[in-house]
Amino acid sequence: MTTSAVPAASSGSPTNGGRWRVAVGLGSCGAAAGAQGLYDLLRKRIDPARVALEQTGCAGLCHREPMLELHSPTGERWTYVHLDAPGVERILDEHVGQGKVVDHHLLEGQDRAEGVRAYLGKQQKIVLENCGRVNPESLDDYVAAGGYAALAKVIDTMRPAEVVELIGASGLRGRGGAGFPTGQKWKFGAEALSPIKYLVCNGDEGDPGAFMDRGVMESDPHRVVEGMVIGAYAIGATQGFVYVRAEYPLAVKRMELAMAQARAAGHLGVDIRGSGFSFDLQVREGAGAFVCGEETALMMSIEGERGMPRMRPPYPTQAGLWGRPTVINNVETFACVPWIVRHGAEAFAALGTAKSKGTKVFSLAGKIKRGGLVEVPMGITLREILEDVGGGSSTGRPIKAVQTGGPSGGCIPAAQFDTRIDYEELARLGAIMGSGGMIVLDDSACMVDFARYFLGFTSKESCGKCAPCRIGTQRMLEILTRITEGKGTEQDLVTLRELADSIGAMSLCGLGQTAPNPVLTTMRHYFHEYEAHVRDKKCPAHSCRALLSYSIDESLCKGCSLCAQACPSQAIAGGPKKPHVLDYTRCIHCGSCLDACRFDAVKTA
Amino acid sequence: MNPVSLHPVSPNPASRKPVSLTIDGRAVTVPAGTSVLLAAQSAGIDVPHLCHDPRVEPIGACRLCSVKVEGARGLVAACGQQVAPGMVVTSEDPELAERRRHVLELLLSEHHASCANCDRSGDCRLQDYAYRYQADPHRFGVYVPKHTAPNYTALDQGILYDADKCIRCGLCVKYCETVQMAEALTFTWRADRLVVSTPGDVPLRETDCEFCGGCIRVCPTGAMLDRGAAHHGRAADLKKVRTTCAYCGVGCQVDLYVDPHKNRIVRASAEPGATVNDGNLCVKGHFGFEFVGSPARLRQPLIRRDGELQPASWDEALALIAERLGGIRQRHGADALAFVSSARCTNEENYLLQKIARAVVGTNNVDNCATSCHAPSVAGLAESFGSGAMTNSTVEIRDCKVLFLIGANPTEAHPIFGLEMKRALRAGAKLIVCDPRRTWMAKHADLHLQHRPGTDNLLLNAMMRCILDEGLADLAFVEARCEGFAEFRQNLEGFSIERAAAECGVDAELLRAAARLYAKGQPSAIYYTLGITEHACGTDNVKNVANLAMLCGQIGKWASGVNPLRGQNNVQGACDMGAMPHKLPGYQNWSDAAVRTRFEQAWQSPLPQSAGLRIPMMIRGAGQGTLKALYVMGQDLVATEPNQSDVVEELQALEFLVVQEIFLTETAKLAHVVLPGAAFAEKDGTFACSERRLQLVRKAVEPPGEAKADWEILLLVAAALGKPMAYRNPAQVYDELASLAPVFGGISHRRIEAHHGLQWPCPDSHHPGTRFLHEGRFTRGKGRFHAIAHTPPREEPTPEFPLILSTGRTLYNYNCGSMTRKTAVIDAKDPGNFVEIHRDTAKHYGIEPDEKVAVRTARGRVTGRAVVGERVRPDTIWMPFHFAEESANLVTNDVFDPVTATAEYKCCAAVLEKLPQGG
Repeated sequence: MTTSAVPAASSGSPTNGGRWRVAVGLGSCGAAAGAQGLYDLLRKRIDPARVALEQTGCAGLCHREPMLELHSPTGERWTYVHLDAPGVERILDEHVGQGKVVDHHLLEGQDRAEGVRAYLGKQQKIVLENCGRVNPESLDDYVAAGGYAALAKVIDTMRPAEVVELIGASGLRGRGGAGFPTGQKWKFGAEALSPIKYLVCNGDEGDPGAFMDRGVMESDPHRVVEGMVIGAYAIGATQGFVYVRAEYPLAVKRMELAMAQARAAGHLGVDIRGSGFSFDLQVREGAGAFVCGEETALMMSIEGERGMPRMRPPYPTQAGLWGRPTVINNVETFACVPWIVRHGAEAFAALGTAKSKGTKVFSLAGKIKRGGLVEVPMGITLREILEDVGGGSSTGRPIKAVQTGGPSGGCIPAAQFDTRIDYEELARLGAIMGSGGMIVLDDSACMVDFARYFLGFTSKESCGKCAPCRIGTQRMLEILTRITEGKGTEQDLVTLRELADSIGAMSLCGLGQTAPNPVLTTMRHYFHEYEAHVRDKKCPAHSCRALLSYSIDESLCKGCSLCAQACPSQAIAGGPKKPHVLDYTRCIHCGSCLDACRFDAVKTA
Repeated sequence: MNPVSLHPVSPNPASRKPVSLTIDGRAVTVPAGTSVLLAAQSAGIDVPHLCHDPRVEPIGACRLCSVKVEGARGLVAACGQQVAPGMVVTSEDPELAERRRHVLELLLSEHHASCANCDRSGDCRLQDYAYRYQADPHRFGVYVPKHTAPNYTALDQGILYDADKCIRCGLCVKYCETVQMAEALTFTWRADRLVVSTPGDVPLRETDCEFCGGCIRVCPTGAMLDRGAAHHGRAADLKKVRTTCAYCGVGCQVDLYVDPHKNRIVRASAEPGATVNDGNLCVKGHFGFEFVGSPARLRQPLIRRDGELQPASWDEALALIAERLGGIRQRHGADALAFVSSARCTNEENYLLQKIARAVVGTNNVDNCATSCHAPSVAGLAESFGSGAMTNSTVEIRDCKVLFLIGANPTEAHPIFGLEMKRALRAGAKLIVCDPRRTWMAKHADLHLQHRPGTDNLLLNAMMRCILDEGLADLAFVEARCEGFAEFRQNLEGFSIERAAAECGVDAELLRAAARLYAKGQPSAIYYTLGITEHACGTDNVKNVANLAMLCGQIGKWASGVNPLRGQNNVQGACDMGAMPHKLPGYQNWSDAAVRTRFEQAWQSPLPQSAGLRIPMMIRGAGQGTLKALYVMGQDLVATEPNQSDVVEELQALEFLVVQEIFLTETAKLAHVVLPGAAFAEKDGTFACSERRLQLVRKAVEPPGEAKADWEILLLVAAALGKPMAYRNPAQVYDELASLAPVFGGISHRRIEAHHGLQWPCPDSHHPGTRFLHEGRFTRGKGRFHAIAHTPPREEPTPEFPLILSTGRTLYNYNCGSMTRKTAVIDAKDPGNFVEIHRDTAKHYGIEPDEKVAVRTARGRVTGRAVVGERVRPDTIWMPFHFAEESANLVTNDVFDPVTATAEYKCCAAVLEKLPQGG
């Protein structure tokens, strides 16, 4: 599915009763970019008899937000991007009013066409097929796009065991990060003997920089509902929960609305489709704890207990929520299910690699030109994602590494960018697929500081239950901080590695077990940076302030004295309007002068 | 090699088939469901662990028990992993040692390792493992204490929490939540700020904490301490003496830690796995030893001279006793003297006292406080079953599937039985509670029948009527094992469940539901206490309870029977030892010729042949002048008999009153001679607890001043009265008893020690003791049904006294309070008298919560703090009797059960009076 400069025939979108249709992208990304204001403006300006206004979710082109889709009465479609108020006015006046395309804002307009083609060209929308195309608050839109057809097929024509087999044959693996075969997990759930079983959707998405699940929940919530009802049918669950982090209020709202709509229409609740099968859903909100993305802590949270992990065994499929068999899957996993049912296991298995089937949604962020939600078939190389889809570095500086899997993941250095995206391949590199967060770093990134940043995160998010994680992450953070401050020793490097190994081996849950990964992967691929910090007291990326040497470029200095005033150790001297000089023997490397200077005259080395 | 599939630790292992596995190269076989940690322990392998306790579900916080399991991905926590056939485990190797060392060093980096001045030094597992794995406490620098601000224990007198020593194992929180179920503790904050606290960080006293001390006992380091014991000795400095608790009838094994140089008990604890209480204690067991060292202890004999009690020597006191008792006996006959034995003294002491009464003085006038509480159980169950004791053991409670409680409040009166019941509830047992008050058990019950005090027989008859109507009776059992059924059934003809329910004040359908649930339990067991015995129809109530059990066949099997929960630490023993007017030791009849001959030969003395007096009759007799002398050992009659003002007058009419006591109680204050006795921690002997188990009492400290062990005093008294008895030690006393009472025939101090206690019947020295009674046949042969009619309470409400007053106990104080009120922790939590009033009743009288109110009956008036809520019925008020200065027994009714003379403490008519406030 690609767009082109030629207006495309709409595929399955409802007729508008002879009206134009404007769909504004109102996912959180769009809203953050200012789309809400534009939506309100449109609402005031349009003539409802001529133009139907609605909202839609995130189309994945986050780097182009705010966006809207314009549909003519005859079903042609244009995508407008980088919107502002004047742009919106022009679209109404020129395009709707006079039939003249506004090239300035057209997605493929200006010089964007090639980039758009590249961005979308290697993508394969399965999970995201409806995102940005349907109104996430409209059940009709979802149905018109083929929604709930999979559910009908399952309930009307398939036995639960057949559904389990289908998912197994598709090769779908858990998209939350662990990659456990979904068919296998559903099989365990189905085989468990209990009158009460639970199905849980993990929408906690705690990794900083990851927003795939948010995208799906905000933009295509019915898809998640449908996937869950199918899953519940397969395993014999009676009640389900969608656990959404509290920091996603829009996702919470849209999921709850979708549930209410689905229930009213008979796709959810008592006696679904007259089959005798009953299953209902509830949203449960998190409360600001990264650890509650871990399945056993998540279950504790749903039970109203403190979010602290439990030992496994017993596994959730044996004894989960309130001691009952529970199957927990990620949002994206459930979102694959309706497509697999409609198109078949083989179609899904035809995509990807031998052991990693289907597609994966990644949230591209960081120093990348075209950031956003992208869905690519497994097996694509990292280089293709970064350069073809993402358009390469946004800063002009070379891409140094990519971080995948959030604080649990690792960095993949540029030398390894030809690696195929595949669970096993990434594991061989010492990295993990994770939930899909992909943060791009250019060569201004210090890898030691990178590790320190993530340890800062995990040490605060540790639930505190087990000693290795609760205390170990603190000790690792302290060492990393010291190193970035130029106070690290050789022994510190030895201790750091020992701690990382033991914390990984001894921690109770995935948070602690993977918290050392940023350290381990950066030590593996960038040990020279650690050595430089410790031995030479230098930061090769010129990032760690305490290890920079500061000087003032006379030719650029205006003599405004702001730097001298900011300096806490009186290391800068100079008269008014005269170039200032920095005495490096008094310099404490705090970087205050760098912050203060407005003329870029403070140089570092 | 196929990877071994790892199974969960199942909460209720369906099969206990043996499973064989290999640990460190050694073959180990354990029942299915056992964790790898416990399997290793059983083979003598100590896998390190800090957060494991056998009484709580595995936590998995410390990670030290991580072991290698062949085929598993990553290390496995041994505490949470169930054994599997063929599993191969490595619990110790250099890699594991290094991992453990790292974890310990991390723990120590957040631990104030002040071992040099720490109370737990030498008794601390963190220290032990740090040594074992040579962990460096300063690898990451020296830890500076940072939790110096006051925490939730800052204002507490009992418990001291030091977060700088806390390893966040979670045991205290888990124990409080799942074993004690008080839910007073929680973790707060997270990550490195994680710390133990209370909800909202409120002071401990303001939570539901019951001061069981569990958090202290379960803590593996010095983070949780007894505040009163801090700095008074480490384990190595103190002497540990295991003895039996001196409070209630559960019979917990308590470990007293004594400073031998100061002759002082410093703290108490208990060991998990030890019989009866499995390391659990209540507030009294853990903290209630302070009274032993109280300065108020009697230290020397006292003789009344010129109207005042004055110190005297033993010789003087004994000479006076010999002279006065001898003289009265000569002038008025043996039956003008009476003896009150102590249900809190040892078996040996009870045996000796009743021997003195019968063999030295020549009277059957000997009784103990069972008369005030469970005598109806003894008498009633003797009639129904032939044996009056708890039919099942404590360890069976957890297997009971339907618990039927009537007139029992175990979470307060028998806390460790309460814990066992909570354990049963956690395993899915159903709970029926018949109680006029909304106790903890009532609140957690599946069915709570809040019946009017004094309507127990109506309630029971109604249930049995329903069981018969609905064909739920076990008629095969009735036919084969019981007699008297026809008359019993006849009695219930035409009995109206609806009318009975209405009079009880409960819903008829609820009543039926309870009957059905009990009848169908697999199995069900009845637990009852003084709520049904302390009535004028107490014996009838007990017989009716027995009827219910027999009707449904819920007796004579594991976890099924009729269980009177005995009150005092040795009331079972006092009865066993024959400290009763109508029975000789071992419940033998003095009217039986063969029995009498045996005793007369052994005691070298003729036995008295006339019926003896029970305590209430002794007091009456004193008032009437027929009883001239009374010897009271270890009982405060004034505080615990009903209608106190009359009691005082009657006792004052005595010619001679001797009181052998540890404190100058209200009764002692009236005495002519006071003899200073020894507390439980100051003598050797045995107690018999509620489950018929004989356990040792061991001397831990010396009695104060010139006080003596009570058995020693009794020997001196016997000698002074002209009949010396030669026993070298209490063990010898018991041996004599065992030779005379077949039911205890196989019990001796040596055997008790070897078997960790023995439950009677135990007829010979090879017998292992008896778990539960009436298996196959009842003690009397066939169980006997009785036709029981409803007897209303003697004193019903009137317009002048429109409320029903009931009395009872709290968790914190014990009976007359002579021991518990000297404990700071207990005093802080339960300082003074209070009255429970329903909010509607309070409104009617214009009474505000916490204000002082008066309760008046025909006997007198007391005051107390108003506790307004919904714990009692609107027509009832309730008071404890722990507070001597506002004694509930000033107002209770001195009417008695005709069989046992047990007073009707549980209902009389009363009125509330609002007092002018502010003064």
